[in-house]
Amino acid sequence: MNLKERQWIIGAIFLLIAFIFIGRLAQLQIFSSDLQDYAARLTQEREVLDPARGLMFDRNGELILDNKAGYDILFTPRLCQLAGGMDTLALAKLIDLSPREIHKAIRRAITYATYRPSSIRKQMPASEYAAIAGELWRFPGIQSRRRSIRTNESGLASHLLGEYREVDRDDIESNLGYRLGDYKGKSGLELQWESELKGSRGVKFHLVDVRNDYRQSAQKGALDSMPKPGEDLTLTLNMQLQAYGEKIMQGKRGSIVAIEPQSGEVLAVVSAPSYGTDLLTGRMRGTHYDSLLRDPNKPLFNRTMRATYRPGSIFKMIQGLIALDQGLISSQTRIPCNRSVIGCHGGHTNDNLEDAIIHSCNPYFHEVMRRMIQPRTASNIFAEARDGLSSWTTAIQRFGLGTDLGGNFPGLRSGSVPDTTLYDKLYGRKRWAYSTIYSISIGEGELLTTPLHMANLAATLANRGEFRTPHVIQSVGSNGKPVGTDSLIQTGIPPELFEPIINAMNAVTESSEGTAPLARVPGIKVCGKTGTVQDSKGNHSVFIAFAPADNPKIALSVYVENAGAGGDWAAPIASLMMEKYLMGDVQQTDKELRVIRATYPFANAIK
Amino acid sequence: MRRTAPILQRIDWITIGLVVTFMALGILNIASSTSGAESVEWFDINSKVGKQFIWVFIALVIAAVTLIIEGEFFIRTTVIHYVVNIVLLIAVLLIGKTVGGAKSWFGIGSISLQPSEFAKTGTALMLAWLLSRSDGKIRNTKTLVQSVLIVCIPAALIMLQPDAGTVLVYGGLIFAFYREGLSGNVLIAVFCALLLLIATILTGAASYDYPLLGVQSSIGWLWLILLSLGSIIWRLIPGWVVPRNRKRVRKATLISFAMALAFSAGVHSSLEGMLKTHQKERIYVLFGMDVGNPDADYNIRHAKAAVSSGGWTGKGFLQGPMTAYGFVPEQETDFIFCTIGEEWGFLGSTVAIALYTMLLLRILVLAERQRSDFTRIYGYAVASILFMHFLINVGMVLGLAPVIGIPLPFLSAGGSSLVGFTLLVAILLRLDAERSYVLR
Repeated sequence: MNLKERQWIIGAIFLLIAFIFIGRLAQLQIFSSDLQDYAARLTQEREVLDPARGLMFDRNGELILDNKAGYDILFTPRLCQLAGGMDTLALAKLIDLSPREIHKAIRRAITYATYRPSSIRKQMPASEYAAIAGELWRFPGIQSRRRSIRTNESGLASHLLGEYREVDRDDIESNLGYRLGDYKGKSGLELQWESELKGSRGVKFHLVDVRNDYRQSAQKGALDSMPKPGEDLTLTLNMQLQAYGEKIMQGKRGSIVAIEPQSGEVLAVVSAPSYGTDLLTGRMRGTHYDSLLRDPNKPLFNRTMRATYRPGSIFKMIQGLIALDQGLISSQTRIPCNRSVIGCHGGHTNDNLEDAIIHSCNPYFHEVMRRMIQPRTASNIFAEARDGLSSWTTAIQRFGLGTDLGGNFPGLRSGSVPDTTLYDKLYGRKRWAYSTIYSISIGEGELLTTPLHMANLAATLANRGEFRTPHVIQSVGSNGKPVGTDSLIQTGIPPELFEPIINAMNAVTESSEGTAPLARVPGIKVCGKTGTVQDSKGNHSVFIAFAPADNPKIALSVYVENAGAGGDWAAPIASLMMEKYLMGDVQQTDKELRVIRATYPFANAIK
Repeated sequence: MRRTAPILQRIDWITIGLVVTFMALGILNIASSTSGAESVEWFDINSKVGKQFIWVFIALVIAAVTLIIEGEFFIRTTVIHYVVNIVLLIAVLLIGKTVGGAKSWFGIGSISLQPSEFAKTGTALMLAWLLSRSDGKIRNTKTLVQSVLIVCIPAALIMLQPDAGTVLVYGGLIFAFYREGLSGNVLIAVFCALLLLIATILTGAASYDYPLLGVQSSIGWLWLILLSLGSIIWRLIPGWVVPRNRKRVRKATLISFAMALAFSAGVHSSLEGMLKTHQKERIYVLFGMDVGNPDADYNIRHAKAAVSSGGWTGKGFLQGPMTAYGFVPEQETDFIFCTIGEEWGFLGSTVAIALYTMLLLRILVLAERQRSDFTRIYGYAVASILFMHFLINVGMVLGLAPVIGIPLPFLSAGGSSLVGFTLLVAILLRLDAERSYVLR
C-alpha cells in the first residue's frame, strides 16, 4: 500500500471515533431516562410548604383556637461533623433539654439522615426562642424552622376541641399523606374537621448544589404551588357562657350542655373537671397526659357526650306526653298514689298529670306506662307487653333518646332505650311482661342517656314537640352550616299537649311545692325539672331547664355527680347559666358564691 | 519577492477559525460551569472565566508571534526545543509542586505551569526532524529505535510525575509512525491488545473451574485464547493457501498465541500489582463491575448523568445545575464536555464533536499537502496528539474510557494546556503557510 493512502485509514479511524461518540451521546441523552431521573433527583429538592391551619371562632367571632408562632430546633449531623462537633451539653442547657434527651435526639437525627435537618426540640414558643436565638450560631448544624403552635389560650372547651398533635405510625401508614413529624387533629373537632382545617400543602422545587443548599427555584417556579390555608371554623358556642360554665363547675364532677332550642345550636359544653388544651401540646404532653390519666376525677373523660346516666324523674315528662298523645290519659286524669306497687315521697294522694310531675309521683307513671304496655286486653300478657313495648320504644326514640342525634358528634354515645330485643336477650322471649320491666316507667332500669341527650330533651320540650339536631358548627370557612347538620325532627306530638307539662315545669321552679326553687332567675319565667340519679357514691344531682318559658332562648341540662338532689346543686347552676346567657350578667351573687365554693366531696345537701 | 507576500493570505483560516471557535466555546462553558448558574463574573480576574480570558489573550499573542517567525527557525532550533523540554521535565520532578498527587507543576507566583503540556510540541518537532532527515525512514531499524526513544524519554519522565493520561497521549503518535511506514500489523496488534485488555478485565474478576488443569482459574483465559486465535487466523488465512508459507504461518500462529497469553497474563498481574486502588476501581467501574465502594463510580456516574440530563436540546446556557452546582468534579477542566452535554444537549454536543473531527481531518489535509517531509510528519504528530486528547477526554465523560485526567484541547480551563496546544497548532500553520516555496 502506498504510504500516502494511509491518510484515508487514519481519517477513517478519526471519523469512526466521532460516530461512536455521537452514538453514545444519543444513547445517553435520548434513551437514558433513568440517568436523567437520577440527575433530576440530585439537583432538585422538593420543599413542602405547610399551609396555615384553620382557626376556630365562637358564634360572636371570638377567637378560640389560634396558631401562635413557634420554632423547631433542627439539627443536621453532617454539618456538625464537618465543623468538628459541638458542645452538646451547652446546647441542651440552652434549649432546655436534659443531657439524656439531647443525646437521644441526636442519635435519632443521625439514624434519620446525616445530611438532612431533623428536629431535636419541637414547638418552642416564640418568647422562649427569642431569648436563645442569638446563641444558636455557636452550634454548627443547628438551625431553627418557624412552625405554628396550636394554642387555646383560654383553655376552654378542651374536650370538644380535641387534640392536635404529632402523627403516629397508623396515620403515616393511612395513605392520607401524613409524614413523620407532621401534626394532625387526633380527637374532637380537630379530628372531625381535619380535612377542612388542614388546608393543602404547597410545593416548591429548588435547585440544590452538591452540599444540598438551595440555590434557585427549579424551572423558574413553573412546578411550584402555593399552600392553600385551611378553612376557619365558626362554632355555635358562646365563649362567655362557656367560660362562665367552666368557672362555676370548678371543683365538681359533672357537665353542662346548653342549646339554643330554636336552632339546635350548642351554646356551651362543659365537662368538669377539665384541662387546658395546651397542656397536651408541646413536649410536656407525655407528663401531663399521664397525670391527667391517673387523676381519679377523670378529667380527660368528656362527660357531656361519653357519660351515660339513667334519666330518672325527668323521664316522667316524656311518659306523660306519650300517654296524652295515645289518648290513654287526659291532662285532668287523676291516678291514686298507690305506694304498694312502687315507692313514692311527699304528701300527695291523687294527682293529675301536672301535679304528678311537680311531685314526681312514681305510682302515677307506673300506671301510665302500664296502660301503654300492658292494657290487659289481650289473653297473653307476654305478647301484649312485647307489642306495647315496641311502640313505646319508637315513641321514645322520636325524642332523640337512644339515637345519635343526627350524627353531628362522632364521640357521642347513643345511650340506651330498651327494646324488645334487649329484654328477649335478658329474660328470654315471652318470659317478660310489664311487671318485669316496670322500673323504666320512672326513668330507671335499662334507660341510659347522656347530658347532651337531656339538653336536647329540654330543647324539644321548649319547642313544644320538635327539635333541630344539635350541632356546634356555625360555618366552615365561608360556606355556612354543613348540609344536613340541623335537620328538623318532629316527635309527632301536637304542641297543645305540651301545655300541662310546661306548666308543671314552670311550677317546679316557681310554686311553693316545686323541687327546684333555686332554679329561679329574677324576672324570667323558668321551666325545669329535677332528677336525682341513684349512685353508690351518692346521688347525682340533675336538672334540665329552658327559659324564658314563652319564648325559649336557652335549654340546658346540668349534671353534678354525687352531689345529692337535683334541686340542690344542678338547679342553681342552671339558674346561673340562664341568667348569664339571658341577662349578660349575674346578679345572684350569693347563689354564685355558694355554687363556686362547693367542691367534691359534697357535704350533705343544704337548702 | 515571494517570501514577503503577506502571511495573512497564506495561513489556513479554516484551522484558525475552528481553534478560535473552540476557545470561545471554552470560555462560555467555563463561565457556565463555575458561575453557580446565577451571574457570570466575566471580567473578574479572580474568577476562572476571567483567568481563561487572560490565557486566551496570551495564547493568541503567542500564536501571532509564532506565525510571524519563519518556519526555518523552528526547524533549526528543534533539538534545542526538545532538550529544553526534557530539562524542564527533569526539573519539575525535582522542584515542582505536587497537585493531586502528581508532581507536574511549576509554581511561579500565583500561576502554575505544566511543562508536560509544552513537551508534546517539542517531541512532535523532534520526531519530525529525525524522520525527515533519515532516508530509510521508519523501516530502518536504527531510525525506528531512535524515534521510539525520542517519544519514550519524555513519556518516561512524565510517567514519573506520575501522569498516566499524558503518557497515553504519546502513545497516539503511533498514527504518525504508521503514516511514515510502520507496519499495519502493529496497528492491528494494538487493536487486538486493546480487545484482549478489555476481555481480560471483563473476565478477570470471575473465576472458573478450568477443564484441563482442574484448578480455580480465571475464565478469562478461555476467552483470550479464542479471541487471539480468531484475530490471528483472520490475519493468516491468505498465507495458508500457499503451501510453502505454511511453516511460517504455523510459526506466526504459535508466537502470536504465546504473546497473547503473555500479554493478558501481564495485564492481569499489572492490574492487580501495579495500579493503585482508585485506578483499578476506575477501570472496573467502567465495565459496570461492583468494586465494593459505592463512591468508586461517583465521577463517571455524575458525568454521565450530567450529559444525559441535557436531552435533545439541552437546558440552555447557564441553566445546567449538575455542572454549575458541583455535582460533576473538575467541571471546568477535564469534565468540561459535561457542560456542553448538559446545556446544549444532543444537538450541541453532536455539533461540538463534528467540529472537533473537522479540525482533526483539516490537520490531516494540511499535513498531506506538504512537499516538506518535516511539515507532514509534524502535522501528523499534531493530529495524533489532538486526537488522543479528544478520544480519552470525551470517552471518559461519556463513560467509554476510564477516568483519566487530561484536558480537552482549547476548551478546558487552564493556561498551560491552552498555550501548549496553541503553540503546537500555530507552528504547523506557519510551516503550512510556507509550503509553496520551501523545499526541505
